[in-house]
Amino acid sequence: MRILVVEDDKDVASFVVKGLKEAGHAVEHTDNGRDGLFMAASENFDAIILDRMLPGGIDGLRLLETLRAQDNVTPVLFLSALGQVDDRVKGLKAGGDDYLTKPFAFAELLARVEALTRRGKSDGPTTRLAVGDLEMDLLSRSVRRGAQKIELQPREFRLLEYLMRHAGQVVTRTMLLEGVWDYHFDPQTNVIDVHISRLRQKIDKPFDQPLLHTVRNAGYMLRVEEP
Amino acid sequence: MKRKARSAGMGGMAGDKRRLRPLIRSAGVRFALAYALVFGVSAFILAFSIWYSTLGLLQHQVEAEVRADEFGLLEHESMGGLGALTVAIANRMADAANVNAIYLLVDPTGRPMIGNLDSWPRGLTGLREWYELPVQRQGVASVALMRATLFPDGSRLLVGRDVQARSELRLILRDALIWAFGIMVALGAFGALLIRSLFRRIIQDVAETTRAISRGELSRRVPVSGVGDEFDELAVVINDMLERLGRLMDGVRQVSNAIAHDLRTPVARARTRLEDAALHAHTPETMSAAIERAISDLDGITGIFEALLRISEIEAGSRRAAFAAVDLAPMLHDMDELYAAVAEERGLKLDTSISGPLPVIGDRQLVQQAVANLLDNALKFSPINGVIRFQAQRHEQVVEIVVADRGPGIPEKERARATERFYRGEAARHTQGSGLGLSLVAAVAQLHGGTLYLGDNQVPDEPNTGLRAVLVLPANVPPLKFVAASLPRRS
Repeated sequence: MRILVVEDDKDVASFVVKGLKEAGHAVEHTDNGRDGLFMAASENFDAIILDRMLPGGIDGLRLLETLRAQDNVTPVLFLSALGQVDDRVKGLKAGGDDYLTKPFAFAELLARVEALTRRGKSDGPTTRLAVGDLEMDLLSRSVRRGAQKIELQPREFRLLEYLMRHAGQVVTRTMLLEGVWDYHFDPQTNVIDVHISRLRQKIDKPFDQPLLHTVRNAGYMLRVEEP
Repeated sequence: MKRKARSAGMGGMAGDKRRLRPLIRSAGVRFALAYALVFGVSAFILAFSIWYSTLGLLQHQVEAEVRADEFGLLEHESMGGLGALTVAIANRMADAANVNAIYLLVDPTGRPMIGNLDSWPRGLTGLREWYELPVQRQGVASVALMRATLFPDGSRLLVGRDVQARSELRLILRDALIWAFGIMVALGAFGALLIRSLFRRIIQDVAETTRAISRGELSRRVPVSGVGDEFDELAVVINDMLERLGRLMDGVRQVSNAIAHDLRTPVARARTRLEDAALHAHTPETMSAAIERAISDLDGITGIFEALLRISEIEAGSRRAAFAAVDLAPMLHDMDELYAAVAEERGLKLDTSISGPLPVIGDRQLVQQAVANLLDNALKFSPINGVIRFQAQRHEQVVEIVVADRGPGIPEKERARATERFYRGEAARHTQGSGLGLSLVAAVAQLHGGTLYLGDNQVPDEPNTGLRAVLVLPANVPPLKFVAASLPRRS
């Protein structure tokens, strides 16, 4: 994937660029809004990581608004030290697709950027999801693995659906909290772990090959393990 | 312009102007002037109306008298001709009761035939019209109100009354009015000064208090007279405001102290880990393990900052702009589902009863976070096999959300402080946490115009009382007429 990073803090920028490159992405970086807008408008990127406060007269919000005014729909993730609810709402209103507050864990950033680009690609309505021999029918709201039907609670169904839509990608706990439970804060209790382990009981426990994996220090991933 | 005025002020004449302008700028003087104006105008209207109606009444009386007199004389004339009329006039003039009566009968050539006027008054030309003219009565000048009648043979009759006395009354009244006006001005000025000094005294209390506060005497309050008047009300409102400001200032002071103290511990821990790793880690594994632990310590510090920011954001009230009408029941059901699994995992039981709908006007996410904090606390402090009660119902005007556990609870004397930032009770001191959870719940409650109550969770046959936290929010009750309109349909 080709990713543009617009970030003026040298340390954060080099850390993000290095990490994204290690994850196998092609990365362009600029440290001011003017160049950022120029590059975003003239080149093709799969995603843009954008700081809110930028030098050079054009801040992140302005940059994005200008970009969206030109019908450019490249997914944009805001990376900002402004963490109040209002700031977040402003960012999303300006056309941002996701909002991450500094300080952040790189795994979280990577997972979210990858999730963004995936969302950009599959726009058509899906009625069936499949990962290995695990199948989900979104119309009849039924799940089966191989020949066996799996009974899920409504919320477990949504959890699994989220994981299946992001199959092969790391999904963090915060992403699950936001995407499945509509929580926009971190509860003190490990609620997500408990629900993942319950889901695991149902979809993995009775079978040989596990599909739902824990990614250390990051989150979870649903995928078929390469033999 | 300003500079010009100031330099002109050095001169003699403009010196007065300079003194006058601040006087007009004083609100006390303005009030006093307004008072004097209102007083003067109303007194003037009163006096004028007395003057006008008195004179009007007198005039009416005279006119009625003259008319009756004239009517009688005309009757004499129609019965007995001019001769009878002359006799009647002579009779009337002889009557001592009629000293003010004026009669004059002239023949067609204008020569007086009988009467007590020396000549036909100049200017009296119309017939059957009222005239008030100077006349000569036996050589004495006077003023008379009169009217004239013409007979078919050309002779004319004039009947009237001497109103010299009334004119004198008018003069007396006018003088009295002028005097009264002078007294009014004096009284008005006196009242104005009184009002001004009263006003000043009241303002002075407030001014002195605020001045003292800006000097740093934060404990000063506006004295309340106890009369219970508007100024007392104002004083009470101002004192309330000062009280609240004082609490906020205390809060800020306390929070900055707490930040300094409470963040020192995790920062120290992270620092120690890193330093220890730098000095003693001999393998890359121990090194990276130490770094990871330090990162999670730092994440904890970030979390504290986030919670602090969140609380101050809530307390600032800016989230109120995002308030909407929401039913909390579905959200609470979701939370029940989310937390029931965790409770079960830990060998606890979440005993839930949510009876919806629970309509409120507010921020769904904030209420969600507040309830999550209560549930987090309950899970954290519950002993194994404990039961956590999670209830939500509507009681008329309020929505009540209860989270009750069987943990150690909060002793009564600590409860008031339990919602302070970073406050950690005796029982909580050795558990993990930032001491911000209940602060946030209280802030959310306050933002919604509700309250957080902390109490004992009394359960029969249980040694531990536990904590019963009740979040009370005002319900979004529809206006009465809607209720009334929907009643018949329901029945």
